[in-house]
Amino acid sequence: MKPALSVIFFTVMSGTGYGVWCLLGAALCIGTYPIAGYGILVPLLFGFVLVTAGLLASTSHLGRPERAWRALSQWRSSWLSREGVASLVTYLPMLALAWLAFTHRGGSGVRIAGALLALCALVTLWCTANIYRSLKTIRAWRTRQVLPLYFAFALLSGGLWLWTWLALSPYAVIGLAFPLALLALAVIAAVIKTDYWRRIDAQPANTAGHATGLEKLGHVRAFEGPATEESYLTREMAFVLARKHGTHLRRIALALFAVLPVLGILIALATGIAWVALLAAVSCIAGLFVERWLFFAEARHAVAAFFPARLA
Amino acid sequence: MTSLPAPAKKKLGLVIDLDTCVGCHACAVACKEWNEGGDFGPLADDDPYGAEPHGVWFNRVHSYEVTPLPPGEGGARSAPGEGTHSRRTLTPALRARPTAASPEGRGEQIPQMVHFPRSCLHCETPDCVTVCPTGASYKRAEDGIVLVDNDKCIGCQLCAWACPYGAREIALPHPKGSTSDAGRKDSKRGTMQKCTLCVDRIYNETLDERDRQPACVMACPTRARMFGDLGDPDSDVSKVVAEREGFALMPEFGYQPVNRYLPPRPRRDGSSAAMPTEATEEILDTEKLPPLLRWLDKALSR
Repeated sequence: MKPALSVIFFTVMSGTGYGVWCLLGAALCIGTYPIAGYGILVPLLFGFVLVTAGLLASTSHLGRPERAWRALSQWRSSWLSREGVASLVTYLPMLALAWLAFTHRGGSGVRIAGALLALCALVTLWCTANIYRSLKTIRAWRTRQVLPLYFAFALLSGGLWLWTWLALSPYAVIGLAFPLALLALAVIAAVIKTDYWRRIDAQPANTAGHATGLEKLGHVRAFEGPATEESYLTREMAFVLARKHGTHLRRIALALFAVLPVLGILIALATGIAWVALLAAVSCIAGLFVERWLFFAEARHAVAAFFPARLA
Repeated sequence: MTSLPAPAKKKLGLVIDLDTCVGCHACAVACKEWNEGGDFGPLADDDPYGAEPHGVWFNRVHSYEVTPLPPGEGGARSAPGEGTHSRRTLTPALRARPTAASPEGRGEQIPQMVHFPRSCLHCETPDCVTVCPTGASYKRAEDGIVLVDNDKCIGCQLCAWACPYGAREIALPHPKGSTSDAGRKDSKRGTMQKCTLCVDRIYNETLDERDRQPACVMACPTRARMFGDLGDPDSDVSKVVAEREGFALMPEFGYQPVNRYLPPRPRRDGSSAAMPTEATEEILDTEKLPPLLRWLDKALSR
């Protein structure tokens, strides 16, 4: 599949924003978030910027962005519509929480708003992952790793940013349990992603014989495509990644989203140097951009089998 | 609503005969022509006379080379080694020629060309309808035709992603500086396009009754395309599908395509593809020749 920058930007940035919101909301709900007032407002607004920038970027993937509001209507059948609704609903507990934090209120109101925010953020992430998982035509995305990966990456990236805030804020909380949990999450994400890559490498590609139903007559080779020029289909679905770079890019992604953040967490815990957290968060989000580019570029669409094979 | 309607009795669709299709692209061109000007026009084209023309087609014709599998892989039956043995007795020139009986790999089999028009199959339970977030993509309850409402479509392209048959192509927004069809009705740019089964022809009472067929069907010079109600077992299309064992494409997706493809007929010798006839291996029984000719044969064979 053609990796569209708008969609990569959306899933990475909004995913991170929802990760921040989810962890912040959960921590407020169970009462372990160490600071109040602006301590809550800053990450809340940071998440707002990420989520909103991502959502706005995603509309530039549309042929008719001015009609984007129409996408809210078909939540009964469409995961994309559900995602749109969920993403807007998530703003409600976020705004409620912002107001509570701004007016320095605490107690059960914050707990409830936090719980709702965490829940809504998770539901939105679930919808996003399901947009891809529901496409039967793209075998790579049908693997069961896709759903946990979207959650793990959002929580990891968002968690690293939340930790960065806690460590670099005037309250300077490096903590122990939270960074260790993030470390575990980075390892889990790396393991699942490696498993995903191993699985999609083992998937057989759709063949021209199967696509045309002519395989029972013999070996089928696409002799001529329907046109001498590229078409929407060949550009969008038969996107061919220079696969020799695939291995390198996978290593780069893994190093950026898992290895460096893990090292950063260990260094910060050992030395107490807080700004390492920022490096870990930046590295992770950069790694996710590479990972998401590969998520699209390496995914093969069933329709590509109709076309003559080009350079692979 | 992009939820699917209850299954309709009427299932309008096409039957495409891969045996008689000659790959002339007349269906694709006729489709482009009609839909460029019909109720659904214009069909987007960018740089049509330039270096890289790019545009929307509802119907595209592919060509495939089908090489019969060698014996032992499901191809023609023959005892192992049999073909090899007989080939040793041939002259080097003859040995280089492909023989159908050869068990040694695909390269030895004579391929067959199959031309393959590809368009929307108007599936009964397609995901292209249910993934649509706006309700623009829909399936008609009365005859099963799958359409896009271009006034509602936001161009998210999820329906095209959901289709394994490549039935949908987007009319890209105008590239900057492009002048092609800029002055024309442009409301379709940025929205998804697909085969309408010529819904503006088949019910069009201003047309002569025999012309109320999809443009591709009307244009086909070998009558390789047939239009009708595949939900009615007594219709001509249903009968020919039953008779010729018409098949649906990639049924494993569960979309239940309505359109059917008729497989290429077996060749006269019973094989699925062209094969060299016995005449290519000329064997002269000299024992049966008159003495004079036998002597001549001997003399010339030296």
